[in-house]
Amino acid sequence: MTKLLTWRDLSAPVIAEAGNSVQYKTGSWRALKPEIDQSKCIKCLLCWFYCPEPAIIRHEDDRVEIDYDYCKGCGICANECPVKAIKMVEEGVG
Amino acid sequence: MATQIKALREMPRVELFAPGHRMCAGCGVPQLVRTVLKAVPDPKVVITATGCLEVATTIFPYTSWRVPWVHNAFENAAATAAGIEAAFKALEKKRGVKRPKVVVFGGDGGTFDIGIQALSGALERGHDMIYICYDNEAYMNTGIQRSGATPRGAATTTSPAGKVIPGKPERKKDLIGIAVAHGVRYAATLNPAYPVDMYNKIAKAASIEGPTVLHYYAPCPTGWRADPSKSIEIARLAVLTRVWPLYEYEDGVYRINVLVRTPKPLEDYLKLQGRFSHLLQPEYKWMLDELKRDVEENWNRLLKLAGVA
Amino acid sequence: MAVAVQLKGGRRVGMTGDEAVAYAVKQADVDVIAAYPITPQTIIVERLADYVHDGELNASYIPVESEHSALSACVGASLAGARVFTATSSQGLALMWEIMWIASAMRTTIVMALANRALSAPINIHCSHDDAYAVRDAGWIQFFAENVQEAYDLTLMAFKVSEDKRVLFPSIVNLDGFILSHALEPLNVLEDDAVRTFLPPKVPVNPIDPERPMTYGPLALFDYYFEFKKAQAEAFKSVYPVILEVFREYEKISGRKYEPIKTYGLEDADVAVLILGSSAGTARYAARRLRSKGEKVGVVSLTLYRPFPVQELLAKLKGVKAIVVMDRSYSFGSPGAQLFMDVAAAFANESERPLMINAIYGLGGRDLLPEHVEEVLMRAKEAAKTGKVEEREVWLGVR
Repeated sequence: MTKLLTWRDLSAPVIAEAGNSVQYKTGSWRALKPEIDQSKCIKCLLCWFYCPEPAIIRHEDDRVEIDYDYCKGCGICANECPVKAIKMVEEGVG
Repeated sequence: MATQIKALREMPRVELFAPGHRMCAGCGVPQLVRTVLKAVPDPKVVITATGCLEVATTIFPYTSWRVPWVHNAFENAAATAAGIEAAFKALEKKRGVKRPKVVVFGGDGGTFDIGIQALSGALERGHDMIYICYDNEAYMNTGIQRSGATPRGAATTTSPAGKVIPGKPERKKDLIGIAVAHGVRYAATLNPAYPVDMYNKIAKAASIEGPTVLHYYAPCPTGWRADPSKSIEIARLAVLTRVWPLYEYEDGVYRINVLVRTPKPLEDYLKLQGRFSHLLQPEYKWMLDELKRDVEENWNRLLKLAGVA
Repeated sequence: MAVAVQLKGGRRVGMTGDEAVAYAVKQADVDVIAAYPITPQTIIVERLADYVHDGELNASYIPVESEHSALSACVGASLAGARVFTATSSQGLALMWEIMWIASAMRTTIVMALANRALSAPINIHCSHDDAYAVRDAGWIQFFAENVQEAYDLTLMAFKVSEDKRVLFPSIVNLDGFILSHALEPLNVLEDDAVRTFLPPKVPVNPIDPERPMTYGPLALFDYYFEFKKAQAEAFKSVYPVILEVFREYEKISGRKYEPIKTYGLEDADVAVLILGSSAGTARYAARRLRSKGEKVGVVSLTLYRPFPVQELLAKLKGVKAIVVMDRSYSFGSPGAQLFMDVAAAFANESERPLMINAIYGLGGRDLLPEHVEEVLMRAKEAAKTGKVEEREVWLGVR
C-alpha cells in the first residue's frame, strides 16, 4: 500500500496519474484460479474479451496468458471457453 | 468513421481501462467499458454517474481510467456531459481546441430514474454524445434496491419476494422507446455475450453526430444472486429467451439483430438467478405468467416495429 | 437601453440590474452559459439569448431543463476549461444546492448572478436574502451589489477573481430581486476593449485534455475525505488578498473604488447598523437624518460576504457600543438570523464587543423604510446607554 498523503499534497479531488489502479493487486481476492492448457487453446480470444479486470494478457500472436496479479477467480473464462481449455483450481494456502 | 469489425480478433488490443479496480468478481460491466474505449475513436472524454462503475474504479488515490474521466453526481451525468460538449464546441470555435467525443456511462438508476430528466434534456437539445446505460436492473451500488429497470417479479431489497407481494409488481421501463421519442437518430441494445454485435453498434453510434443511446445488459452476480462464472451464460440466455432483444433503431428503421425464432424456456434463464427463484414456486406462478407476458408482448411489439412477420 | 452620455473610458447608460449583469457577461466573452429562467432573474437569461442569437456573443448557450442541470452543465464546462456563467434565484438555487458544494470542491471558476428572492413556502417572487445565505457554507465567494452599477462591476470582477490561479473557486454576485434586477438605474459601463484587457480569455488549470488524461471527482473514503476538505479550507483562505488586488486593479480602469466593507459615520458612531444589499442606501439615508440631529450613528455595509471579512469588520467596529445586524432572512431555531450569527462569531473571543440586536426586515419584498432604520438605531442607542438589550430580535414592519 502507498503511504497516505497529507492535506498539503492535495488540491482539487483529481487523480492525475491515469490507470494507476494497476498498483492495486486484486489477485488476492480469489479462492480459485484459472489455468490455461495452451495445447487445447484455439486462440478464439473469448476469454480475453470476457475477463472483467482485464486479467488475461493477449500476446502479439494472440496467445493468451492469465495475469495473476489481478485475476479475481470469477471463473467466467473457464465457463465460456469453447474447447474447455481453462480449468479452475484451488488457489491453495500460502 | 469508427471502423466496424467482422471478428473478435479485430478488436483493438490497447486497454484504456486498467485492472486493479474493485468491481465484483464476475461483474458484467467492464466488458462494456473496455469495448467502448476501443470502439470509440480518440480523442474522447468519459462522464460517469455515481454508481458501481464510478465508485469501484476511482477510489482515491487509484483510478482505472486511461482517458479523461469526470464524475459529478448521481442524476446529472447527461447534464454534466452536455456542459462539457458545449464547452468544447465553444472552445473549438473560438480557440481551435480539438473537440473530444463525449461518452456517458450511467447505471439504470442514474439513467431510468433519478437521471431521466437530465438525459431527456440532453437528448432534446441534441448534444453530440453517446449515452450508454449499463443496466444491472437495480440500484446495485447501494445494495440491490429496485429501479425502474428492474423486471417484473424480480426480488430486490425494496421489492422483496414477500409472502404477499412476491417481487417487483411493476414492469420494466422502455429506455430505447424513450430515446426514440426524443428523436435520436440511433439507439440500440447491447449484450456482452454478442461481442462483435456490441462493438459494431458502439462504433456506429460513435460515427453519428448528435445524441445516441445504447442500452447494455449488465449481468450482476452479486445483486442477482448468481454464480459469478455464469455471467456471460446468463447474458446469452437473456437474448435466447427473448428477455433481452438485441435490436437497433436507426433513422426511423428498427432492425432486430438476433431473431430468436424458437426461444428457450424462460425458466432456463430464471433458475440461474436467486432474484427469480421464488417465481419457480407454484404459489407465485401468477407473477411468473405476468413476466412471461411482458417478455412476449415486448417481443411482438418489436417484431411489428421491425416489420418482421 | 439608451446611451445617455459618451464618457472618457466608458459610456453612461440606463439599465436594469438584470440587463447590466447580462451586458457584463457579454463583455466578458463567456464561453458557456447554462441557465434556467426564474423570476426575477429572467431578463438576464433572455438578454444573453438575444446576444448569442444575434451573434454578438460567441458562446454555447445551453437552455437546460432545470437549475440542477444548469449547474451540473456549468461544472462540466468549467472543467473543460471554459469561462462559464449561470444565474438563478430562490427555488432555482435551492434545486442547485446539491451541486453547489461539488462546484466549489472541484475548484470550478463558475460565476453566478443571484437575483435574491425569498424561499418558498409560501411562494414569493420578491426580495429576501435567504437564498444566498442558504449556500454560505458551500465554499463560493459571495459579493453583494448595492446598486446596478455595482452589479455590473462585480460581475466583471467575479470572473477575474474566480479564474485567478491562486483562487479557482466559483463566485456569486448577489443583486436584490426586483429592487435591483428590474430597476432602471444609470451606470457607467466600460468600453469593450477595456474589459478585454481586464479579462483576457480564461487560462484553465488542469482542464480536461485527452493528451493529459485525469480522473475528476473520484471517491474519497474516510482515509482521504478529511484531508481534501482541509486542503479546500486552506485554499479558500487565499481568496481574500486576491479580491483586494482585483478591487484595486478595477479601480484603475473604472475610477470606482471597491472595498469589502463600506462605512458611513463610523468615525464617531456609538451605534451602527450592519446591512447587505440595496437597503444599505436606505440605512445611510436614515443615518444621515439622525446625524443631522446630532445622533452619533453609523452604517456598515458589506460588499464582500464570503469570505467573511472578519479582521476588517472588527477593526471598523472598534469602539462601537451597540450594533443592529439587519437580516433580510431568518433562521428558525438559531441563535440569530444568518448575518447576526456571522457577526457574533466574528466577535467570539474578543474582549471588547458591541451589544447586538437582530433586526429582521424586508422578507418577501416588504419595503424597508427609513423610519424602520431610525427605530432600530434608537433601540441600539438605548442598549448602549443601559448596557442591556431589551429585545434581541425585532421584526421591522410586520403586522
